Amino acid sequence: MTLPAQGTVDAERLVEPILELDHVNVYYGQSRAVKDVSMAVRPNTVHALIGASGCGKTTLLRSLNRMHDLTKGARVEGRVLFEGQDIYDRSIDPVAVRRVIGMVFQKPNPFPTMSVYDNVVAGLKLAGRVRRAQLDEVVERSLAQAALWDEVKDRLHAPATGLSGGQQQRLCIARSLAVDPAVLLMDEPTSALDPQATARIEELLAELKRYVTIVIVTHNMQQAGRVSDRTAFMHLGELIEQGPTDQIFTRPQQSLTERYISGHFG
Amino acid sequence: MTARLLSGPDRARRRRRRVTNAFATGTIVLAAAIVLTPLVLVLVYLIGRGVGSINLAFFTQLPAPAGESGGGVAQAVVGTLELLALASVIGLVIGIGTGVFVAEYPDHPLVPLVRLLSDALIGIPAIVMGIVAYALLVVPLRHFNGLSGGVSLGLIMIPYVVRATDEVMRLVPRVVREAGFALGLPRWRVVLQIVIPSAASGIVTGSMLAMARVAGEAAPLLFTAFGNQYWNFDPLKPVAALPLVIYTYSISPYDSWHRIASASSLVLVVLVLLTTLLTRFVFARRTG
Repeated sequence: MTLPAQGTVDAERLVEPILELDHVNVYYGQSRAVKDVSMAVRPNTVHALIGASGCGKTTLLRSLNRMHDLTKGARVEGRVLFEGQDIYDRSIDPVAVRRVIGMVFQKPNPFPTMSVYDNVVAGLKLAGRVRRAQLDEVVERSLAQAALWDEVKDRLHAPATGLSGGQQQRLCIARSLAVDPAVLLMDEPTSALDPQATARIEELLAELKRYVTIVIVTHNMQQAGRVSDRTAFMHLGELIEQGPTDQIFTRPQQSLTERYISGHFG
Repeated sequence: MTARLLSGPDRARRRRRRVTNAFATGTIVLAAAIVLTPLVLVLVYLIGRGVGSINLAFFTQLPAPAGESGGGVAQAVVGTLELLALASVIGLVIGIGTGVFVAEYPDHPLVPLVRLLSDALIGIPAIVMGIVAYALLVVPLRHFNGLSGGVSLGLIMIPYVVRATDEVMRLVPRVVREAGFALGLPRWRVVLQIVIPSAASGIVTGSMLAMARVAGEAAPLLFTAFGNQYWNFDPLKPVAALPLVIYTYSISPYDSWHRIASASSLVLVVLVLLTTLLTRFVFARRTG
């Protein structure tokens, strides 16, 4: 093994990845939306996926917790290893995969018929895994982790749909955290929010990576720059370049990356 | 340039637009009025003819013989509720179950066939459903019975409930389902505890409409539930129903019976209207 050139030492490489993509391809019918992507995500980091609309970043993200199983005509090839185990292996239950690898969506999607409290515990209660006494504790912890506790502690039993958009999205984050996932996939979680709500969630991410590993899709390059440790740039389904975020933004190796981050397309 | 923008189209054109608008508005208001006319006429007529016969005895006493005054149709009021309860057990369980199936498992090979047959079922005349129930439950038992009446009404309800359930379940946003799946919930829990509660108000409204639809059916009951002049709570014996009372009393030659028929019609209409309004009220408050 040759020593890396000075200044490019990547300390993260020393840690075993929690999530490893090995030649992942995703097809919708005949068309290939993600082409041969390989990538490693280290624990307790924020990993950003950037790229123009339609470049396959959301499709790639959804392959990481088997959400494509629910889409007719979608097919995933290659391996996605979670702690060394292929989540697409025949012996693996996709429901179990999604308990460990959670997801937050583009638009806040609290369960409309449930209260704030019931939303947070939905994953636990519906799965029947926790005693009632423990639920209160989980609600407070999850809402605190999602920086929402102080705002909603007096209306835990009010309908979740009465919260503002930004609060709803943090509620969705709390709901995902309540089941104690190892990885949280976030699909443009701030694109439906105003700048203040966006700023709150961005602050939150730095906090959250203490508990979970985050893979975030964003079309906002400034956001990727602010919140992520590593960034991967995708174009037309291919992974063009990946590396530490500051390197991708200051010294991109590929001209396509440079053109994208300097706003020439996308 | 600016002046033209501000003044808009010329006067003749504005005038034409006003006339067209008035004509179109008038037409749709007229159409709405025509829709409401029968309802208002029916209510006015029934109140005028029937309200005088409605008193406590009407709801608590059995029919008096022709020619004698007094008496009521208590057995028919209770019988109608009994038949509706039987019909709902069949219509709602099968209807909602099927609706959930076609909405949630759209890729299942049976779904297109189920949808087609369910829609075809809507077009089948109520009296034919009566014949089906007759063949299934009257012939083997060798006498008319309430159960067969309930079954015939339940069969009529099924396709309406299937369609209503299917439609409102599909209105539940995909992202809400995905949120459930992303929490690691199995499909049946997502359907049962997230999608169905989200669609509940629509399912209940659809179910109430289906019940209202069959509450007034007389044809399939003629040779199933048959009717009864006396108290009977046994669903294996003939059971009375308001539509049967209306039918029997209307074709009788006695004026006093005609008034009872009108009163029964009024009770039936009010019963259906009240249920519909109540459901709307309860669910408008819960979801609003």
